[in-house]
Amino acid sequence: MTEPRIPVTEDELHAYVDGELPAERQADVDAWLAAHPADAERVASWRAMAEALHARYDRVLDEPVPPRLQLDRLSAPLPRRWIGGAIAATLAAFIVGGGAGWLARGAAATPSTFRSFTVDALDAHRLYVVEVRHPVEVEGSERAHLQQWLSKRVGYAVKAPELEGTGLKLVGGRLLPGPDAPAAFLMYEGASGERFTLYSSRAKTDATQMRYASDQRDGALFWADRGVGYVLSGPTDKERLSQVAKQVYDQTEKTGG
Amino acid sequence: MDDFRDGVEAMIPALRRYARALARDPDIADDLVQDTLVRALRSEKLFLGGDLRSWLYTILTNLNRNRRRALARRPPLMPLTDTGADASGTEAEGSDIARALAMLVEEQRAVLLLVVLEGLSYREVADIQGVPIGTVMSRLARARAAIRASLDGERPMLRRVK
Repeated sequence: MTEPRIPVTEDELHAYVDGELPAERQADVDAWLAAHPADAERVASWRAMAEALHARYDRVLDEPVPPRLQLDRLSAPLPRRWIGGAIAATLAAFIVGGGAGWLARGAAATPSTFRSFTVDALDAHRLYVVEVRHPVEVEGSERAHLQQWLSKRVGYAVKAPELEGTGLKLVGGRLLPGPDAPAAFLMYEGASGERFTLYSSRAKTDATQMRYASDQRDGALFWADRGVGYVLSGPTDKERLSQVAKQVYDQTEKTGG
Repeated sequence: MDDFRDGVEAMIPALRRYARALARDPDIADDLVQDTLVRALRSEKLFLGGDLRSWLYTILTNLNRNRRRALARRPPLMPLTDTGADASGTEAEGSDIARALAMLVEEQRAVLLLVVLEGLSYREVADIQGVPIGTVMSRLARARAAIRASLDGERPMLRRVK
């Protein structure tokens, strides 16, 4: 066997095993493996790995689907077990989240509006985005009621922005304690489960530029406009976050605070 | 509309297989599948055609990431993660591979399972994880190397223990 003129790469070996190698390269890899026993051995071990995975997990395919996963049941009331678990998980997250927020606030003697808003909003974001069944108090289907209720409690007109243009649907909202006054918290969801939250509350600052903050997992954009502070939280992807924030900003501007 | 429902229903066994390998614990795995189905049914209107299979795997993968985040945020006095062990880990056959899988970083485990067990293309997995194909390939390579090292290293260790 002759060596292929272009050496075979590691990526090609994986593609070879996974059936993703272009047909014209197939013979080259065959020849390469015949000449390189260490690579041939690796390829064999990857194939054995695949067999072991199928041997271990394919039996799940033959198990009868448990009643709780049958689609007709999923619209029925929730099983008790789950509600208990969700509350426990929420409380645990609340204790940790609350603690971290308090520490972060304690660290800065005079927290800026930016900081206190972002810390509160990111805490709330982390706490509620992991909730599957009870992420909100009032669902997005009751938009008018939600807006009316939140507006009354926070003391300015809350309008849930329409974000369908960026692929996000309103899940709903809830009322939260804010840095100086009650806060309105709205949650949005994309088709594949990505979630954004919009947190707003009366701020001492009249207006600011947009500012970005992030930890390892979540990103947040803060701005203030006509005495109301806003924090949009979501994935750390700054571009996506700005795109959504722009939509929010444009719409809050039109309605007037 | 019924096509959508039928399509989701047909995917349940495969989603359960993926979740079982991803989360180890059979109850947690079925919780993940249940949440995936609830979300899928709820977001039917947001699903604008495209590949239903990839979409469901995307939801499940995201939910599992969220679940692990929530776990990571629990106080350390409740080490709930590994105490329940793997109920099916008692089955001798294939338990090595389950243990090796559990040692992988989350993203690497997902890539390996989606490609090898669920038979998705590199392109599909890149879309599911929202990363370039090159990242998928490097995660796959690292996952395979780690599993191999773990399987190679396991046998002598077991002999020492027993």
